[in-house]
Order: sequence, then C-alpha cells, then structure tokens
Amino acid sequence: MTALTPERRRRIIIDAIGIGAATGAYAISFGAISVAAGLSVLQTQALSSLMFTGASQFAMVGVLGAGGGAVTAIAIATLLGSRNALYALHMSTVLRPRGWRRLAAAQLTIDESTGMAIGHQDDPPSSRLAFWSTGVAVFVLWNLGTLVGALGADVLGDPARFGLDAAIPAAFLALLWPRLVSRLARTVAVLSAAVALILTPLLPSGTPVLVAGAIAVTIGVFLTRGAQETDEFGQRAVGS
Amino acid sequence: MIWATVLIGSISAFALKFAGFVIPERFLTTPTMRRVTLLIPVSLLAGLLVVQTFSSGSTLVIDARVVGLGAATVSLALRAPLLVAVLSAAASAALVRYLGWLP
Repeated sequence: MTALTPERRRRIIIDAIGIGAATGAYAISFGAISVAAGLSVLQTQALSSLMFTGASQFAMVGVLGAGGGAVTAIAIATLLGSRNALYALHMSTVLRPRGWRRLAAAQLTIDESTGMAIGHQDDPPSSRLAFWSTGVAVFVLWNLGTLVGALGADVLGDPARFGLDAAIPAAFLALLWPRLVSRLARTVAVLSAAVALILTPLLPSGTPVLVAGAIAVTIGVFLTRGAQETDEFGQRAVGS
Repeated sequence: MIWATVLIGSISAFALKFAGFVIPERFLTTPTMRRVTLLIPVSLLAGLLVVQTFSSGSTLVIDARVVGLGAATVSLALRAPLLVAVLSAAASAALVRYLGWLP
C-alpha cells in the first residue's frame, strides 16, 4: 500500500504535464493536417475540444480530406472512439463521479488519462489524481498544439509541398504501433490492410476501411474464442 | 456540411465516453465485446494507414507518401516519439518530391 504523499503527488503531476507536452506537440501535426485536409481553423479547434480523442480526429480529417462522405467519416471516427466506452467503464469504478464531474470525467476519458490511472491502480487516490491531472494537462496542451498547427498550416499553403499528406499515414502508424502487442492484433492489422487495399478501387472512398474492419474483427474474434487477451496497456481486462 | 460532420462526430464520441459512466458494467464486459472493442482500433488504423498511403481517390498509386511511411516506420522502430515519426514522414516525402524522384 502506497499512500498519496506530497512527493508522490508531485511526481504524478509532473508525469501528467510531461504526457500533456508530448501529446500537445503531436497535436501540432493534427492541426496542420486538418487544415490541409480542408477544414477551417475553427472546425479543427472544435474537433480537438469537443471530440477530443486523437485517433478519431485524425480519421475524420483523413477521410474528409480524401474525399470520403460525411457518414463514412462519422462512422469511422465513432468506431475508433468505441474503446473510450471501455475505458470509461473502468474509470467509473475508480472515480465514482457525480453531477458535473461525471460530464468532465467522460470528456477527459482517453488513452493517456486512463493509461496513467491504471499505472497507479494500486492506490485509488493516486489513480484518481493521475486521471484528472493527465486528462486536464492533455486537454489544455492538445488544444494549444492544435491551434499552433492549424494557424501554421494556414500560413504555409500547399500541403503536399511540405509532405503533410505523408504525415497522415505516419500518424495512423504511430497510433497503431503500441496496439500491436499480440499476435492476434498483428494478424487483424495485416488482414485489414490487405482487404482495405483490395476494396479501394471497388468502393466509395472511406468505406473499404469500414468493410475491412468488419471482416477482420469478425475473424479475429472467431479465431480467439476463449483465449486470454491483453490490451494495449498490457493489462488483462481493463475494468474487471 | 463539414460543420455537421464535425459536430455529429463529436457528439457520438462524447456519448460513447459518457455511456461507460452510466450504463451497467455487465453490458460491455462480455469477453467477446471486450475483444471486439480492443480490435476495432487496430483494424481501422491499419486500414486507414494503407489506404491513405497507397490511394488517390479510388486509384491505387505509389508516390512520395510511401517514402514518408518508411521513414515513420524506422523512427518508431528506433522508439522515437510520435511527433518525430510524423515529422520524419513529412520531411522525407517533401524531400523526394523536391528532388523529383517520386510524385
């Protein structure tokens, strides 16, 4: 049992600011990519403050920028955000928030805040502090980074000249990388990539990714009936 | 149209986060549901990654983005932070375009 000493409190907050700074730097690329994809600075900023879940934001601007339809963009972004519901289940047992704090906790439930909270799950007060401090630090710096990137891209002009179109797949790769922890995850990734490429000339923009997702996830679940699975935090079963 | 997409997408994202705080745990924690929820991001990110590298509209193409993706892969394999991976992709793609090696 480790108590929430002033020393530990300080360390958690410093960690939170560190994670916030790293994601904030990353948000610069989101802001630039979003404006390059054709969204306005205000629309870009709305995504970072209202949607506030990185992978969904990148997916939405990626699909819109590639000429995909609104319904496809919303579907992909929403499916990517579905993992947040699982994180929220775990956080609701740790935080047990009421009233406006429940709304705030929901909005701040993302990979980083949940990951930090799980990292301190041996001590509930530390876990709660880790969640709130990381959530707030990432929210503030993610939005600040977005603004810097969006305004920067507005000034730069032609996105392809600066390789911004190549930054989009790189962002997806960076988000995917830490999730390839199991053989199952790697198999599903390769299968999805192959099916999505094969369907690209045949279906409207954006939809190949959705169809590939449905096929690959179904096969993945079928392959592993009864098997133990670890998630991206290396924990067995978040929330149980 | 973009505004509607942005706002509906944002409301959906919040609804999912909020759902976890209000609905009973047993609805989301069957082993199959858990596995599906963890595999969805892997699948969609992998699909988006290749489509956004190798397509232009509904045509498959090879251009400077491939070089960018290669640079990002090397950066991530060397445990570089996310921003470095993204920057190396943009810089290398811009470079091969500037040199005229790939469109």
